[in-house]
Amino acid sequence: MDFLSVKVHPTVLLTMVDSYERRKEDARRVIGTLLGNIAGNEVTITSCFCVPHNESRDEVAVDMEFARTMTDFHLKTNPNEVIVGWYATGMEISAHSVLIHEYYCRETKNPIHLVMDTDVQAGDMDIKCYIASSIGMPGETKKGTLFQPIETEVVYYDSERVIVDTINSGITKLQETGKGVPRETLLKLQTDYDTVIESTSSLLYHVNFVSSYVDRVVKGEIPKDSKVGRKLMDLMKLVPYMEEKEFSAMLNNNLNDTLMVRYLAEAVKAHVVLNEKLVNTAVPVVA
Amino acid sequence: MVKSIQLEALVAMKIGKFCEEDSGPEMVVGILLGMEDGDRLEITNCSPFPRSTDNADLDQYQMDIQKAHRNVNIDHLQVGWFQPAVHGNFMNKMFLDTQMSYQASIDESVAVMYDPLKTSKGCLSMKAYRITPQMMEMYSKQSAAITIDVLKEQKVQFSTMFEEIPIEIKVSPLASILLHKLKREDPVPKKVEYLNLSHGSSLEHQLRLMMSSVDELTQESGKFVQHQRSVAKYNQHKNNTIQRRATENAARQTRGEPPLPTEPDLSKIPRPSAPPQRIEALLASQQVNQYCQQIKDFAGQGLGRVFMAEAMENNEI
Repeated sequence: MDFLSVKVHPTVLLTMVDSYERRKEDARRVIGTLLGNIAGNEVTITSCFCVPHNESRDEVAVDMEFARTMTDFHLKTNPNEVIVGWYATGMEISAHSVLIHEYYCRETKNPIHLVMDTDVQAGDMDIKCYIASSIGMPGETKKGTLFQPIETEVVYYDSERVIVDTINSGITKLQETGKGVPRETLLKLQTDYDTVIESTSSLLYHVNFVSSYVDRVVKGEIPKDSKVGRKLMDLMKLVPYMEEKEFSAMLNNNLNDTLMVRYLAEAVKAHVVLNEKLVNTAVPVVA
Repeated sequence: MVKSIQLEALVAMKIGKFCEEDSGPEMVVGILLGMEDGDRLEITNCSPFPRSTDNADLDQYQMDIQKAHRNVNIDHLQVGWFQPAVHGNFMNKMFLDTQMSYQASIDESVAVMYDPLKTSKGCLSMKAYRITPQMMEMYSKQSAAITIDVLKEQKVQFSTMFEEIPIEIKVSPLASILLHKLKREDPVPKKVEYLNLSHGSSLEHQLRLMMSSVDELTQESGKFVQHQRSVAKYNQHKNNTIQRRATENAARQTRGEPPLPTEPDLSKIPRPSAPPQRIEALLASQQVNQYCQQIKDFAGQGLGRVFMAEAMENNEI
């Protein structure tokens, strides 16, 4: 079956980074199995695990028994997943990769090969997916393998998205304090208020950006672009028209409800503490 | 003594993912792996439990997984467990028993409670709890009969049952490069709304949960008051009987008859039942306390959003 695109969850990528950091001292790269779901011609990768392997110039040895047992364990906790391919860190695709790919061809029909550049060449950590197809001359029995790149996209569950955003904003805050980012960054968990402040400042930034762009187009510094113009028009239409009285009535209702609930919570808290004190100072029970 | 927790970014993501995919009843979803470093607990990985297994299978599974982890250099020491808890409703007997058994066997275990609903609405919510030493002592010694006297003796109140331990997220340099790249390529979330104004339904849900906990607390208080009354009745009855015996003896003395024993037969008076267990009441009180705190925080940030909407509206006009 031919696949058109691959979707990866960030948990998979973080697991790969973690297994790379925990590799054996002499290993240059890590490999592992990818698990996920196949839907039509789209593959979604939802989890992965590392498989120990040995690689030298001439040969490669993969602990297949380990791979099988780990796959069984994973399927116990998540019966909907299937093997969809394998991953490797480091950008090179060598003859060894072909051998490993052949092994995975036995496990699933068309395995995906995910490659992540953990050496951060060219200043960016590239993530690419490949599909293998055989090439060769017509009439020749020996066929080679060509790894074709395939469109990759990172998809998030809501919780994954929030975690990624939280960690990123934490790191940015650390950078802004000017102390630099230490080797092992430690971030405190945000409170509710922090998230509101965070998102407000990001909203402000975006609004400023758009308004400065519009100003520059009006002045003639930047050429007009009708696509962007249409998108801005859609944006303006999103703001609903509401009567001033109606809107302030809604806001006041919301405000009143929230305040009332807050007072109620304080009252209940006081009650519970009082209950405890009364019960504990009750006359000792003599029977 | 665990004073702080370092959770790796990977663990936070994995917990989020497991709890998202697990739509079953809320129970222990998996264990935490890591190691202890002085008074700091490092959690480096987590491992979910398989669905629908019995205990024997579970132990075998855990041992196999530990062996497998050792092969790939993942920490295999169990340092706790995690569980999803929508709106923080985890404070029940099962939680206490589970954490008690973990803490008894592994001294430094913690229970991490993750709120999937709150996280998907915009605020990562993970809290770690341990049972305080006084509570451990009291509960393990007399798990059957925790009455008011025992509580007074050990000086345990509902607020000193558990201690919350601050969590810090640790990000390695390579992981931070990856996360930065992910954010750069996809800066605006498509589904998560951080500044959503419609928090009414969430508040309603929390209030309903709080109401059921308060009901539970009222029931327990009712039981206690009933017990008090029955003891008071018994005492009164006892005193009456003794007094009657005393007056009868006085009357007999005047008449010159031999006195009856001063201690009358008390076995005929119905004894009050055993004093009620207070552990459920303690847990219910702490749960209500937690809900109150959460509602206050939630209302606070809701107010912030409302004020901002108001300011924007006023500026427009």
